[in-house]
Amino acid sequence: MNAPGNQSQSKIVRWIDHRLPVFTFMQHELYDYPTPRNLSYWWNFGSLSGIMLVIMMVTGIFLAMQYTPNATMAFDSVERIMRDVNFGWLMRYIHMNGASFFFIVVYIHIFRGLYYGSYKEPRELLWMLGVIILLLMMATAFMGYVLPWGQMSFWGATVITNLFSALPVVGPKIVAWLWGGFAVGNPTLNRFYSLHYLLPFVIVGVVGLHLIALHQHGSNNPLGIDRKGPQDSIPFHPYYTIKDMFGLGVFLIIYALFVFYMPNALGDTQNYVQANPLQTPPEIVPEWYFLPFYAILRSVPDILFIPAKLAGVLCLFGAIGVLFFLPWLDTSRVRSARFRPVYKWVFWLLVIDVLVLGYVGANRPEGWFIVAGRVATLYYFIHFVVLFPVIGWLERPLPLPTSISAAVTKKGGARLAGASTPMEKP
Amino acid sequence: MSKPVLWLACFALLALGAAPVRAQEAASIPKESWSFSGPFGTFDRAAAQRGFQVYEEVCSHCHSMNLLHYRDLVGIGYSEDEVKAIAASKQVTDGPNDQGEMYQRPGRPSDAFVPPFPNEQAARAALNGALPPDLSLIVKARADSSPIKGLSGGADYVNALLQGFKEPPAGFKMSANMNYNIYFPGNQIAMPPPLAGNDVQYADGTKATLPQEAHDVATFLTWASEPTMEERKFTGAKVLIFLLVMTGILYAAKRQIWADVH
Repeated sequence: MNAPGNQSQSKIVRWIDHRLPVFTFMQHELYDYPTPRNLSYWWNFGSLSGIMLVIMMVTGIFLAMQYTPNATMAFDSVERIMRDVNFGWLMRYIHMNGASFFFIVVYIHIFRGLYYGSYKEPRELLWMLGVIILLLMMATAFMGYVLPWGQMSFWGATVITNLFSALPVVGPKIVAWLWGGFAVGNPTLNRFYSLHYLLPFVIVGVVGLHLIALHQHGSNNPLGIDRKGPQDSIPFHPYYTIKDMFGLGVFLIIYALFVFYMPNALGDTQNYVQANPLQTPPEIVPEWYFLPFYAILRSVPDILFIPAKLAGVLCLFGAIGVLFFLPWLDTSRVRSARFRPVYKWVFWLLVIDVLVLGYVGANRPEGWFIVAGRVATLYYFIHFVVLFPVIGWLERPLPLPTSISAAVTKKGGARLAGASTPMEKP
Repeated sequence: MSKPVLWLACFALLALGAAPVRAQEAASIPKESWSFSGPFGTFDRAAAQRGFQVYEEVCSHCHSMNLLHYRDLVGIGYSEDEVKAIAASKQVTDGPNDQGEMYQRPGRPSDAFVPPFPNEQAARAALNGALPPDLSLIVKARADSSPIKGLSGGADYVNALLQGFKEPPAGFKMSANMNYNIYFPGNQIAMPPPLAGNDVQYADGTKATLPQEAHDVATFLTWASEPTMEERKFTGAKVLIFLLVMTGILYAAKRQIWADVH
């Protein structure tokens, strides 16, 4: 492996690299970084998530320059951004829809990991760091949604913070502490604003760890088998840089369609009414990306001596918490669902289950929605706690290919000309 | 169905299919054709100006529009001088002056729309306890009836509501000071029928029928909810053309670079 920082044409680059090896680092991690040659487009969603994080932070910083975190002024300041600030509407719609698209991308990224077993040895910590990022994202999105101080902001904040009141003994005290008062109000808005600005930087830190863990063993791949030699890899640049950029282009087209032509399609119209603590909106519904979890929260009945509210809160956090244990709950040693004839289908049951939960979460808990919500919630946990270990024990996986290159090239593993050596610069 | 398509279909369903199914108490809102709907739609300036006239002469006696400034009216085709004249016809409370007193002066384009009541209590005291909502964002706040919650959903609602006053059906229990409206959730609305037709004399000679007035006011209020809509759509067209070309080039580059791998 050449160390171009030291061999660079430029004296300045060589001088810097000798003292601070940033160029060598970039060469290793972005340029040469050996990557499985068979990654599908499902592997685009990791870098897309990173790009979404940057888009959210950049637009957020500009919005923060114009926004006023005060209960009497926040709503009007957002409308001022929409009406009077140059391109303020653009920044705000990119940010507002960006939250939805960030979650779409991250959810696809997570389901890709589930399908191809990307959480298995040796990538357990990589997966767990990802779950932490998801949790941080959810906290950030929730607090960001409160900032425009519309009806749904206010009442959503009231419902979610009230969840903590379900905890025995300390619950009400914790809620008052979160609010900074005896109801959601100006102190709540101020602290949520502060935290909404802080948490993305925490996410950046965890993303850094996520990438370090990723680069330790490299990406998983659709076959789920380890790379056995240079014929199985291609350098990250230019192969995956261009593939990621093309994917980004397609993604941006869909994102732009929403930002410019249906910017409010994913939001709640009630949030264009200023927060009014004296008037509850007809329905309090979270943004779509929280609906499956909201359904779990509302579906759980009293369990033995645990009241329904506490049980719901525990299941809500349990639904994400269970993901931390997935690397050990899944007893199959085969990563990719392609070679797991049973799991391959069960995976889709989980996708359907989460969609059902989302649909239930969007509707009032009445009639068959209660039944559907309970069944889907139960299935969600059975899927992780029962099906994952049991299928792993009972399933007979298909034979794995001998190597990535044998499986994906007709010639069967001829070393790629130019592989592992950077393309010549024109 | 191929797997990627299946995935995308699933997520599209989750994103768009999750709209809450609401209890339908009111009659379904008729869909109107609007100048501003569609990707290339713009605000019909003449209709918006007529709508502003209706707002001025009828709605503004009870409803504020606190987010609007007179200068914004340039956006529906009034000239700077016309805006100055409209603003100057209002009395605005300003101050305090050097004596520490508030005073009245003619409005300026930079002033916000003068509200009909100084505060909520004054409005309720004058209107049997009811509070007329501010209309600045009413179209965006009532856009539920459109599947993608575009602006036309809210405009349809406003347009229908203004024409939805009817005699209550026999046996329907009305509360005191309420009016029956087939499109209002619960059918009882505090607002008395604001328009009956011929409420204004249109400057451009258009016949001021009730449907015409309702349509014009809805157009004006839609513009008021999002005055930057036209800029958004025009910018969007440019951005999309750029993205399509860029993505095409990236696709070609990807094919070229990957040619030796496949």
